[in-house]
Amino acid sequence: MTIEKYLVKKASLSTLFDKIKASGKTIKAPVKKRHTTDFAAVGSLDETTDDYITTAQSAKSAVFPRVEKLFGYVKSKNGVELVDYDLSTIPETVLWGVRPCDAAGFDPLNAIFNWDINDVIFSTRLARTTIVGFACAKADSSCFCTSVGGNPGSTAGSDLLFTKLSNGDYLAEIITEKGKAIQALAPELFEAAPSEEKEQNLATVEQKFTREEIKAKAEQYFESDVWKEQAQRCISCGTCAFVCPTCACFDIQDEGHGKHGQRIRIWDSCGFSLFTQHTSGHNPRETQGRRWRQRVMHKFSYMPDRQSVYGCVGCGRCSRACPADMNLLEHLQQIVKL
Amino acid sequence: MDNVKKRAAELLKSEAVKVVIGYTMGTNGKPRAAFIQNAEDVDSLIFNAQCVQNLAVYLSKAEIKQLGKPAIVAPLNVLRAIIQLASEMQIQENELIVLGVSPDGELIDFQNFSAIEKYLEDFNMEVDAKEKETLEKISSMSLEERWKFWNEELAECFKCYACRAACPMCYCHKCAVEQNKPQWIPVAAHRLGNLEWHIMRAMHLAGRCVNCDACHEACPKGINLNFLTKLMLNDAQEEFGYTGVTLKEGNLLSTFKTNDQENFIQ
Repeated sequence: MTIEKYLVKKASLSTLFDKIKASGKTIKAPVKKRHTTDFAAVGSLDETTDDYITTAQSAKSAVFPRVEKLFGYVKSKNGVELVDYDLSTIPETVLWGVRPCDAAGFDPLNAIFNWDINDVIFSTRLARTTIVGFACAKADSSCFCTSVGGNPGSTAGSDLLFTKLSNGDYLAEIITEKGKAIQALAPELFEAAPSEEKEQNLATVEQKFTREEIKAKAEQYFESDVWKEQAQRCISCGTCAFVCPTCACFDIQDEGHGKHGQRIRIWDSCGFSLFTQHTSGHNPRETQGRRWRQRVMHKFSYMPDRQSVYGCVGCGRCSRACPADMNLLEHLQQIVKL
Repeated sequence: MDNVKKRAAELLKSEAVKVVIGYTMGTNGKPRAAFIQNAEDVDSLIFNAQCVQNLAVYLSKAEIKQLGKPAIVAPLNVLRAIIQLASEMQIQENELIVLGVSPDGELIDFQNFSAIEKYLEDFNMEVDAKEKETLEKISSMSLEERWKFWNEELAECFKCYACRAACPMCYCHKCAVEQNKPQWIPVAAHRLGNLEWHIMRAMHLAGRCVNCDACHEACPKGINLNFLTKLMLNDAQEEFGYTGVTLKEGNLLSTFKTNDQENFIQ
């Protein structure tokens, strides 16, 4: 559908929020807790914050939870009975306050989970998720969305995108049918489009390179020492992968409790040394340099080749969260200059 | 810092060491680890109060060991970790050169590990007053309150293991959480998995933790998991008269002494 533009008054925002809540949907929005801001289920707009560049973790857990049951089993005299995941338990969810970079992350996630086999649980979650984006008025030095195909006001991935105007009111862009369904909950709040330009209310994020340049250089310099050198200070934790909106690697575990149990999938990371360790003890990615190269290659080479989508949205979360200052933007700029 | 830089350059030039592990200015105004291999690059070394990462973590990293003999810029936390690692036979005196650094960045010369041990005697390894207050508050909670407190605290954990990766004492090639024959601890970052992981980690660090807070600093969610190790430190002090890291004591909980208290055996 073509994008429809409206004005939503500052004071109308919480009314809209309440209407969504009253419709029975779960709302997850940025909440400040301790030192970080993250998505959490909330009851009213007052509980949320709009003072964040990005949330510490991405919004991906709405469609790819850190621990997810795939199916259950019950053992009895007659054998083993498998219990399918009850898809009806997946709630209709509105993700409120998603940044454009985060919204862009759902496309690569979808490309991975539905690459060959349709992942029914993931797809059901995605189908029942509505993304209410909020354009960025602020950016920091870790942000690089414009270098990887995005921008602070991008509508890609959002169902509805709000941009705060100079007087505190919002430009509302309705992008999809799901966005239209949100509007339909309170059509009276959506007034005639404002005349103010959207662009003047957006953060400036300078473009440093293109994804295609990174792809070409990373492939060309696959055997270079640059990966080893960049990864020297990496301490091999999984923080970058777990805060990333597009990292989708998972581990499968069986958890048994006597005669019943479940198979679960949980987040995993290619940065962990055991990630590729074979039963024989051989590890094809034995050093952190190789694991770091894999991380960059997967996002900038393997994903575009296989899934026709890049695996980095330039949100900068990995750089902000890294305990060893493995700054992705800095490293990519170094790679592009090779 | 000038004397530290000078010494670092000398060591690299004379090939007494192949790499100097120190702090340099990183991105976003935060210091980060540097691995300096050329004497010309020593000017990038810095030291300030923000240098909180415990660099001793790199001493057991295979990729860094491959660079050759290191010198390490060592403030108090790093010195403690070095002595504890030495007492656990993870590093030997002839394997590294320690460039001690005072809080104001002055070079402290150490002839050997014993000199470091002696230096550390002047700095009691205690939790500070503010932390003590928090710990006492936790300890005075009822069982139910404490259960709730820790469940809420640890619910945030998504098991990125940054705490483990940042800890100089977590050097095991295969951590207990990765043992799967049998599996001791649920791998998933759910309530039980998180609780068991953090309790296990704290137990493994009892009497070994150097109280550097690197785990807490590394946690992307700012979880106060260091409260657990600090509570352990309190217990180690009160129950075992533990005073801090030494070269000879070994691991507090795996060392038998004839005069150990045994009144807990009933």
